[in-house]
Amino acid sequence: MKYLLLINAATAEEQCEPASFEDWVVYDKAAKEAGVLVDGHSLADLTTATAVRVGPDGERTITDGPFAETREVLGGYLVIDVPDLDVALDWAARCPGSRGGGSVVVRPIADFES
Amino acid sequence: MGERAAATSVEAMFREERGRLLASLVRRFGDLDLAEEVASEAIEAALVHWPVDGVPSRPGAWLLTTARRKAVDRLRRDQAYAARLAVLQVEADRADPAPPADADGDLPDERLQLFFTCAHPALPAEDRVALTLRCLAGLTTPEVARAFLVPSATMAQRIVRAKKKIREARIPFRVPGADELPERLPGVLQVIYSIFTEGYAASSGPDLQRLDVAEEAIRLARILRRLLPAEREVAGLLGLLLLIHARRAARTGPGGEVVLLDDQDRRRWDRALIAEGADLVVVALTGGPPGAYGVQAAIAALHDEAVDVASTDWPQIVLLYDVLLALAPSPIFALNRAAAIAMRDGPAAGLALLDDLAGEPRLRGYHPYPTARADLLHRLGRFPEAAAAYREALDLVGTDPERAHLLRRLRAVDPADGRL
Repeated sequence: MKYLLLINAATAEEQCEPASFEDWVVYDKAAKEAGVLVDGHSLADLTTATAVRVGPDGERTITDGPFAETREVLGGYLVIDVPDLDVALDWAARCPGSRGGGSVVVRPIADFES
Repeated sequence: MGERAAATSVEAMFREERGRLLASLVRRFGDLDLAEEVASEAIEAALVHWPVDGVPSRPGAWLLTTARRKAVDRLRRDQAYAARLAVLQVEADRADPAPPADADGDLPDERLQLFFTCAHPALPAEDRVALTLRCLAGLTTPEVARAFLVPSATMAQRIVRAKKKIREARIPFRVPGADELPERLPGVLQVIYSIFTEGYAASSGPDLQRLDVAEEAIRLARILRRLLPAEREVAGLLGLLLLIHARRAARTGPGGEVVLLDDQDRRRWDRALIAEGADLVVVALTGGPPGAYGVQAAIAALHDEAVDVASTDWPQIVLLYDVLLALAPSPIFALNRAAAIAMRDGPAAGLALLDDLAGEPRLRGYHPYPTARADLLHRLGRFPEAAAAYREALDLVGTDPERAHLLRRLRAVDPADGRL
């Protein structure tokens, strides 16, 4: 069963003791070695984001952003394949992004096959 | 008499049996909906066959066999469902291989995993309570709805939502490992405690207490105690519930009105439950650091063992609240500690502590807080302030007997108050 782990970083002022690069390397290695990692990336800074909306008449609207109004900013994601939610929650808890004021939101990936 | 009484007792027996059956079926099929459906069908079949053919020598095994046969039929009819369950089963075995069959052929009690699934932290707190009552206490959805005084349809939606999350997010049916227990067990205990609280001090409605709801909680705590005999906090929780429940007959007067601890006829307290609860306190507080339920049970035991309020060991109760607050900081425990201080050192000392809690967000809207303040102000002779605090409590109180009680107290400090 696949789960998306949305890694939300705390904004700079909320952040306490951010995870080190080393922590991420260790976590990434552990997930790969356990054979659970399907995909994962960290995202470029939020200021580089662009939003696209298409209206009912097909007109495109391009806007800079969105910018964070909340405390947390999506900073990256992982897709893992594990037997159940408890195992997914364990990987979320081990993820350095769940510390230092950040959070990891675990979303099951919908399976329309079965 | 006759058939109807027999059917009632059979159904009562099935309440216990249903939880066991459900747990075994969930273990086998990994699907709560299917398990519930075939468990009900098997019980219906038993209600038809047993009165005619007699109760089988191993009723649990009969029910399980019948239910499994019905599940297999159902899966034969619905191949897509079967395929999905087969995938689930493979994955479940990958995570947690099935235990070997019981040597003596008796059904293993697999309810513990169901407790942990129903109380899973990924579910909203209200759903945990509803699922536990339904799956483990064996209550029907309308009964669960009645226990929480919500419409049946609302409760049905809540249960459907919870089961959908279990199924689609794949919350597993498993007992957490020893290393996870400290994190997961408190959630299960909290569910049982909140069921008890709803029965002991109903949040709304015509009655102060709803003893059937409180007794369901005690039944669940007893099951959990049998399943986890080495967990001292389980002993502490069961002890706490028994020691509080022991006072049930004295807590309300003949008209259902509130009788406070000070005024209760202690001869009406249930001595057998007090003795059982006190033994559990010893278990809960021996052989390791104390837990929050064990300490609360010890406090309840001190109340239960005192002849009257004056001779209650208030210094010891205050000390236990100190321990409790260090273990589990909570403004509600702090409120109770302040009340104990008032008994030990006088109302002014208690009131000062209560006033320190004034800004506490968790006490906002909690009627025992203004009630406790009002009582101490009353004892200090500060009647206008006491009346204001009683009025504040009256705006928050949920049950009719509590409202009547507060009105009587209000009249004592402000005879001119025109409220009805």
